[in-house]
Amino acid sequence: MTDPISKSGPSRRSLLTTAIAGGAALTVPARANDPAITELQPWMQSLGDGVDARPYGTPSPYEADAVRRDVPWLTADPISSINFTPLHKLEGIITPNGLCFERHHAGVAEVDPAKHRLMINGLVDKPLVFTMEDLKRFPRENHVYFLECAANSGMEWRGAQLNGCQFTHGMVHCVVYTGVKLKHILEEAGVKTNAKWIMPEGADASAMTRSIPMEKALDDCMVAFAMNGEALRPEQGYPLRIVVPGWEGNMWVKWLRRIEVGDEPWHHREETSKYTDLLASGKARRFTWEMDVKSVITSPSPQAPIAHGKGRTVISGLAWSGRGTIDRVDVSLDGGRNWTTARVDGPSHTKALHRFYHEFDWDGEPLLLQSRAIDSEGWVQPTKNALRDVRGTESIYHNNSIQTWYVQKDGEVENVEVG
Amino acid sequence: MLKLVDRFAVRPSGFPPPWVLFTTLATLATLLFTTPSLANDLGRAATPAEIAAWDIDIRPDGQGLPEGGGTPADGEPIYNDRCATCHGVFGEGEGRWPVLVGGDGTLEDDRPVKTIGSYWPYASTVWDYIHRAMPFGDAQSLGDDEVYALTAYVLYMNDIIDDEDFELTRENFADIEMPNEGGFIADERPDTMTLAKGEPCMSDCTPEPVKITMRAAVLDVTPETEATTDEGETVTIAATAPAFDADLAAKGKKVFKKCGACHQVGEKAKNRTGPLLNGVMGRAAGEVEKFRYSKAMKKAAAEGLIWNAETLGWYLEAPRTFMKGTKMSFKGLPDEDDRAAVIEYLKQFE
Repeated sequence: MTDPISKSGPSRRSLLTTAIAGGAALTVPARANDPAITELQPWMQSLGDGVDARPYGTPSPYEADAVRRDVPWLTADPISSINFTPLHKLEGIITPNGLCFERHHAGVAEVDPAKHRLMINGLVDKPLVFTMEDLKRFPRENHVYFLECAANSGMEWRGAQLNGCQFTHGMVHCVVYTGVKLKHILEEAGVKTNAKWIMPEGADASAMTRSIPMEKALDDCMVAFAMNGEALRPEQGYPLRIVVPGWEGNMWVKWLRRIEVGDEPWHHREETSKYTDLLASGKARRFTWEMDVKSVITSPSPQAPIAHGKGRTVISGLAWSGRGTIDRVDVSLDGGRNWTTARVDGPSHTKALHRFYHEFDWDGEPLLLQSRAIDSEGWVQPTKNALRDVRGTESIYHNNSIQTWYVQKDGEVENVEVG
Repeated sequence: MLKLVDRFAVRPSGFPPPWVLFTTLATLATLLFTTPSLANDLGRAATPAEIAAWDIDIRPDGQGLPEGGGTPADGEPIYNDRCATCHGVFGEGEGRWPVLVGGDGTLEDDRPVKTIGSYWPYASTVWDYIHRAMPFGDAQSLGDDEVYALTAYVLYMNDIIDDEDFELTRENFADIEMPNEGGFIADERPDTMTLAKGEPCMSDCTPEPVKITMRAAVLDVTPETEATTDEGETVTIAATAPAFDADLAAKGKKVFKKCGACHQVGEKAKNRTGPLLNGVMGRAAGEVEKFRYSKAMKKAAAEGLIWNAETLGWYLEAPRTFMKGTKMSFKGLPDEDDRAAVIEYLKQFE
């Protein structure tokens, strides 16, 4: 395992020049003509579909494997279950709506927006009811945020288990939300002075609830009715969900029908039995809301092996933090022994996915790829062992540790742990 | 806590007007909380009946609990009827459904068992959750007394209530102490590295080259890829009309995922929330042994309903329209293709 870029010696450019001057690189063997060029392809000759054939466009059939997938053994049944975003197939920072991972507790509620209401009650001056039309008359805002399930990478606490970043890291997505700041709505109802918490509640058959401190509610929480420019998808809470930027996805209650204002947390099932982090001591942390700084290399990865052999190779990955933006991502080719700072490219929004790249010349020898993100608050992504040292292996949630991919000589990639 | 700046941040200016600076804090608070500072004037007042219909949440101090009560003895038959198919007769959990009972003293173990008895900090959470979301697939179908009785029974199974005739009521609810109430602590992060503690290492960070200590391929629990990525095959699919008949049962298997929460098929199939479906095609309605059918289903059976592609299609399209009073809370398969597929799938199980 070597890093041809960081090692000392002649630069790549000088090597290339030498090769060309020596003439060795120019002895291209005679090759057959490429039929993709010399033969007439069907799409070059015959007509395709007209404009009305696809009123709502879908991806090319050649992209049929860019789909959400589940891990059937994880949950008791597919109604209260989870599937995973195909991170290895995606580029940039925005997740297409149809590929955003799903987590439901009572299946996808198919809500009629004309019959949907948002109620605000509890410690308010006047309990209010809003229709969807009412909500769209408040001042609107657009924000790009990631949503990560607190259990993302939860199957990897004890060790490398699933082969594919879709499965190890795919409980995350990032879209641009359109909606209304929650503080405007709470303001309308008039929050009482002793109010310290809110409790959003879903309209589905699980009636999901979580307690959120008022400070967060008034800071950057939104109620959103659109994602990536169109109405929320049913599986993402159509027609209305709460957006809780940077905090665990379970709190982003879908099919949002009610917000109660109170002076104490409710300690409901999803913040006691679930979404508490059991430590080796037998004590469990609760109200661990922020999603920590995290990154993963999405290509190469087990579902996206290197097919081109040695030579110029692009490492592409995602980094994010629930505490701000990503300041830096480092990449290692040798399992964390030596690091190079990668190139963060594209928009950098707070509490949103960031895309990073690292280009290098692969010598065809095995690699142990890692990425390590550092956020704008100075939090550094820990190694798996560092995290296990302080949390044990039974936390389930908030595993933000460094992932290792083992690239073999044939370009195949496997999920491994290193010591 | 409410922050005053948050209240002002919504003003067009983004800043409090200067006169505010000269008012006392008390006056300021009065102004803030009694005058609508931002006149969007949207929404309407919620009526008391509307609030009562939706405000179902319960807190550890008992706030939200309705009148009523129930004993473990009352709860046992309800549990066996409505809960045991998933959670097991002894709360041990069928399949991967949640275990409700046991696990005392295991929280420090290598494989802790987190149950209501061993882990949950408050009994109110049990009442709230049963009432809001259980039974799975038939939420909010239990009466308040039934929820008290079930809560009492689950606590009884966990030895938290020791008298099966103890009546759990709104009045005595807050007296219930859960064993692990003291087992929860506040968020202690950062417990890992930050820049405040130093710069991360960039070179020669380990004394020796790094070794692989564990490989996911050894465990091999990654699901197989279903969709083919083979280019030639994809072209074939795109170029021809879908070979629908041959794939119908396979498609039905996917549709059946919607049914699988309550119904089982195959060799090991048992009755769950719904009856097992082996041999359902051509069978008279309401005939599965030991399954407790609704009155509506018993009546239809008495009238001679036979399940075939046609009748099952009608039923599956909108169960509660076809058979008012059926226990099946499934909303139905409005898509005719889905119905045909799942019926094709069911034919395989005799």
